[in-house]
Amino acid sequence: MKTTTTRSVQTIVFVLIAVGLIALALGGYLTPLSRIVLNPILAAQTWISQRYQAVQELVNAPQDTARLQQENSQLRTENSQLQSQIIELRQQLAETSVLSALVDFARANPENRYQAAAVIARDPSPFLNYVIINRGSDDGLRRGMPVVTQQGLIGRVDAVTAGASRVMLITDPASSVNVILEPSRAEAVLSGQITGDLSLEMIPQDANVEPGDLVLTSGLGGGYPQNILIGQITSVRSREQDIFKSASIQTLVDFNQITIVLVITNFRPIDITPLLPGEAGP
Amino acid sequence: MATLISIPIFALLMILQSSLFSRIPLLYGTMDLLLLVVVAWALQKRVQTAWQWSIVAGLIYNLVSALPLGIPLIGYGITTGIALVLRRQVWQFPLLAMFITVFFGTLITHTISVTALRLVGHPIPLVEAFNLITLPSLLLNLILAAPAYALMSDLAARLYPEPLEA
Repeated sequence: MKTTTTRSVQTIVFVLIAVGLIALALGGYLTPLSRIVLNPILAAQTWISQRYQAVQELVNAPQDTARLQQENSQLRTENSQLQSQIIELRQQLAETSVLSALVDFARANPENRYQAAAVIARDPSPFLNYVIINRGSDDGLRRGMPVVTQQGLIGRVDAVTAGASRVMLITDPASSVNVILEPSRAEAVLSGQITGDLSLEMIPQDANVEPGDLVLTSGLGGGYPQNILIGQITSVRSREQDIFKSASIQTLVDFNQITIVLVITNFRPIDITPLLPGEAGP
Repeated sequence: MATLISIPIFALLMILQSSLFSRIPLLYGTMDLLLLVVVAWALQKRVQTAWQWSIVAGLIYNLVSALPLGIPLIGYGITTGIALVLRRQVWQFPLLAMFITVFFGTLITHTISVTALRLVGHPIPLVEAFNLITLPSLLLNLILAAPAYALMSDLAARLYPEPLEA
């Protein structure tokens, strides 16, 4: 009985001491004491932890490097694949936009039948402005057919093989196109130059021609269909002693960057050479 | 064998010339890969097929180009003749012979081309053609002359190996 009472008293005393310590701790009275006790423990923990981590890194590092190198090479491969995909998609996008513009052009001119072709090469001679396209007689192309883009006239087919054709650009020095100027309706001749520029010759002196006028094919001579846009006049040169005016023109077509063209396949050029003076036979 | 191998070589060069190098002009002049190879081949001391190579080059050029028939053949033929003369005269300095032949070869091929084009009705102005096309082409050809010579020397060494001394 006595023993039981003593144990109860001890328990109560311990509880009271514990409650007292908790109350003191909550009140902040034990902070200096806990600091004194905990600091060495924390320092020891930190030291052991650092050494453990160092040893762990030493053991695991080679494996991690190998894994990281492998991951890195995989990511590099993926990156290069994605980069090439981006380039491919950009090319497809550019091609699609060109094709879309060409389709719009074909829809806007339903009277003509077209054959699309890609420009695959240029004439190796620097004196000639010709391009080679990847469509030929197997695709219905014939010599003399006009070649256009959505931005205007390019030239005409000069030579044809089964699978490819050579196109003389209107910028070639040998090219001459009969044109009509809008709104004046004056007729002139468009000539190519060795520099790839275009010039208008034989504009009548009395024609009211100004910069900004449109240049369209006239169809005269039978070499090209009527009313295909070529460009705009940029400047007019006129001297009183000359019989004709001349002008410079600016095309929308960049002749150095042509990639896809349309060949007008239902146009047959008319050869008027036998009708020209001096060309007819006896 | 040495003649037959010229066909794929010039075909490949023509593809490169027309689809790539003709699109990267200096002013309006472009390099002439076929001329460079014709000259470099003709200047190799053991080569005996220089004329055949120049004929193949001229024919392949004419297949693609709108130049009048036979004009590249004449240009390359005359250039090959110059190269063979120089091979005998300045055999100690093959690279010098290469530069001299490329210089005169470019001028000759361009002169023949312009003359022929003017005869068939292309109104090519001579001074502009010389300043804007021939001079830049000459520069480009001279820049590529040394690498072309080195490549053709390697090919000649494979096709015409040095005879072993007894």
